[in-house]
Amino acid sequence: MTSTAEPTVPLSVEQLSETTLLRFATAGSVDDGKSTLVGRLLHDSKSVLTDQLEAVEHASRNRGQDTPDLALLTDGLRAEREQGITIDVAYRYFATARRRFILADTPGHVQYTRNMVTGASTAELTVVLVDARNGVVEQTRRHAAIAALLRVPHVVLAVNKMDLIEYKESVFAAIAEEFTAYASELGVPEITAIPISALVGDNVVDPSANMDWYGGPTFLEHLETVPVSHDLTTCHARLPVQYVIRPQTAEHPDYRGYAGQIAAGAFRVGEAVTVLPSGRTSRISGIDLLGEPVDVAWTTQSVTVLLEDDVDISRGDLLVPTKDAPATTQDVEATVCHVADAPLTIGHRVLLKHGTRTVKAIVKDIPSRLTLDDLSLHPHPGHLVANDIGRVKIRTAEPLPVDSYADSRRTGSFILIDPSDGTTLTAGMVGESFASPEPVKAEADDDGWDF
Amino acid sequence: MTTTVADVSEEGTDSPYALSHLDALESEAVHIFREVAGEFERPVVLFSGGKDSIVMLHLALKAFAPAAVPFSLLHVDTGHNFPEVLEYRDRTVKKHGLRLHVASVQDYIDRGVLKERPDGTRNPLQTLPLTEKIQAERFDAVFGGGRRDEEKARAKERVFSLRDEFSQWDPRRQRPELWNLYNGRHAPGEHVRVFPLSNWTELDVWQYIAREGIELPEIYFAHEREVFQRAGMWLTAGGWGGPKGGESVEKRQVRYRTVGDMSCTGAVDSDATTLDAVIAEIAASRLTERGATRADDKMSEAAMEDRKREGYF
Repeated sequence: MTSTAEPTVPLSVEQLSETTLLRFATAGSVDDGKSTLVGRLLHDSKSVLTDQLEAVEHASRNRGQDTPDLALLTDGLRAEREQGITIDVAYRYFATARRRFILADTPGHVQYTRNMVTGASTAELTVVLVDARNGVVEQTRRHAAIAALLRVPHVVLAVNKMDLIEYKESVFAAIAEEFTAYASELGVPEITAIPISALVGDNVVDPSANMDWYGGPTFLEHLETVPVSHDLTTCHARLPVQYVIRPQTAEHPDYRGYAGQIAAGAFRVGEAVTVLPSGRTSRISGIDLLGEPVDVAWTTQSVTVLLEDDVDISRGDLLVPTKDAPATTQDVEATVCHVADAPLTIGHRVLLKHGTRTVKAIVKDIPSRLTLDDLSLHPHPGHLVANDIGRVKIRTAEPLPVDSYADSRRTGSFILIDPSDGTTLTAGMVGESFASPEPVKAEADDDGWDF
Repeated sequence: MTTTVADVSEEGTDSPYALSHLDALESEAVHIFREVAGEFERPVVLFSGGKDSIVMLHLALKAFAPAAVPFSLLHVDTGHNFPEVLEYRDRTVKKHGLRLHVASVQDYIDRGVLKERPDGTRNPLQTLPLTEKIQAERFDAVFGGGRRDEEKARAKERVFSLRDEFSQWDPRRQRPELWNLYNGRHAPGEHVRVFPLSNWTELDVWQYIAREGIELPEIYFAHEREVFQRAGMWLTAGGWGGPKGGESVEKRQVRYRTVGDMSCTGAVDSDATTLDAVIAEIAASRLTERGATRADDKMSEAAMEDRKREGYF
């Protein structure tokens, strides 16, 4: 355990300038040392402040521990402290000179699939934690499957507790190989394996002196350098209209702007656009980026779009390029994760929220339930209970311009809502469950176990 | 404001389409404001004249420009507010032609509904006036400036946080938030607290204030002030309840990192008279914002959690 009385390290000038933002999620069980890893990450990156550390030291002493228990940094609610478990998604924030981080910290217990799905839904990277002594277990496979289902672009396999297996390269290599083969089968596009000890601090923030054989980045270095945005030229541009801005003042008598956050791709002034579901067309005459006119805007900027014609557009409509419009449908087939305590049944009347549009819908069929441990399909389960993953067929009262979730995480996703009390029932992803697998590379590059 | 395309890192991994962290947070907050405007009947923004609520209002103005903000403002006045902050509040309301509702703790004490605490702290007394004002005005969405980095109980808070008719927060009733699909449905009498700054840190807020050139009340900058020490904090001397036996007033150069009720908001020694100096000081500070300056969070390890359940933030 590092001494906690560290000198203050003022942030550099770079740290005070604008940088990029990475949203990532962790999955792992209490026993894998996830809270310790997160605590170590915050502590070693100097993100833990004096009073937080004092509180942890105090609480550790009260429990009769002689060194500060870093896991306590991330334990929030009283109920959890009493039970010694974490029961929900907690969000944590830290920064380095190179990047700002938002961590969705999710408990990895079997009952909490829905929390992992929630955390992964906004993440660009997921950390799957394994205990080096146990290797790839059922739960590891479950975590990999959730990352694949949610199409998280980057997955890190953190092989923890290397100190307990004498830092053996062969053990790490075998676990990394097994996991990479499995996750690649599921279509996870990018997997990086890193050997660490959260307790000792090996390869979390600082390079390990105990693993000379490992030439790759530390866990934090990888987080700092992984790409956070994609090539937009291959994306379908999509703008769900949130709100129509009409000042109707002497200064702006005819201003009519369609406000929304670009969900995918990029829009340009002059571009021909189609409004869905009506199918009317016009051209973009201006884009207002929060008070500044721009020629082009892209995901995830919040903008106001002005059109050449007075088209009837309201909240819930979707603006798309005329040359790249999705089909609209009233029959949605999707993979879902059921997140509510009451089950989802065939014939269930629900509300479906897609983008900025909420429509009535009915659950027509539940063709199968998926067991994450071994990816087996159970036909016609009849209903889905909390934390179940399954396939559903939904009929909507109005046509929806849905994309496949594989193409667009924001316009291929939806939630189901209980009309009676507003409960969020189900998270849905349109189209096929898993991407087609990438061929597994035979040779590892020498860039650190990036198989 | 110009959109800054983030520096391409040395590996060249970030495409020119990567938003800077402030642009990403700003865009997310604007999206939240517009969602509420589209889905709720009577939203209101909690506005105290503190920096977080000032940033919230700035974002709301941007979200709907060139039209007016489609919300009114609500201030829960403890009766122990800093005069500089009240003056700023009134000036801002007037400048943007907004409507301000005030829920007054002093009124409740004068009517005998609430009792003054022996320690003079009025922050815990805000819950009832706030709840009753929300009920009386039938507000269905209430924007707060709370951030998830502030304190452990808030780390689990949702962007849309459902409250019953007593404004109570039940951690087990909160809905999972998937992608950016917020679910604001609620029963009559219930409302939703909305936190557009959920993912901001204290440093983000300050950097944004500097970038946007947002004006703040003077007490955020170093100035001479008569203070006395209580429970390890510098408190402003005044009629609200200090100094008392054994406490002595001295003149010090201080500033406030957070602005609340005078009785429980402590100042820190500082010579930071400009935004840049404040940012540098915060970046180098090794104390969290609340740990340094808020007596009410130190009451007990679970104090915040308990007060959230009661309907405070």
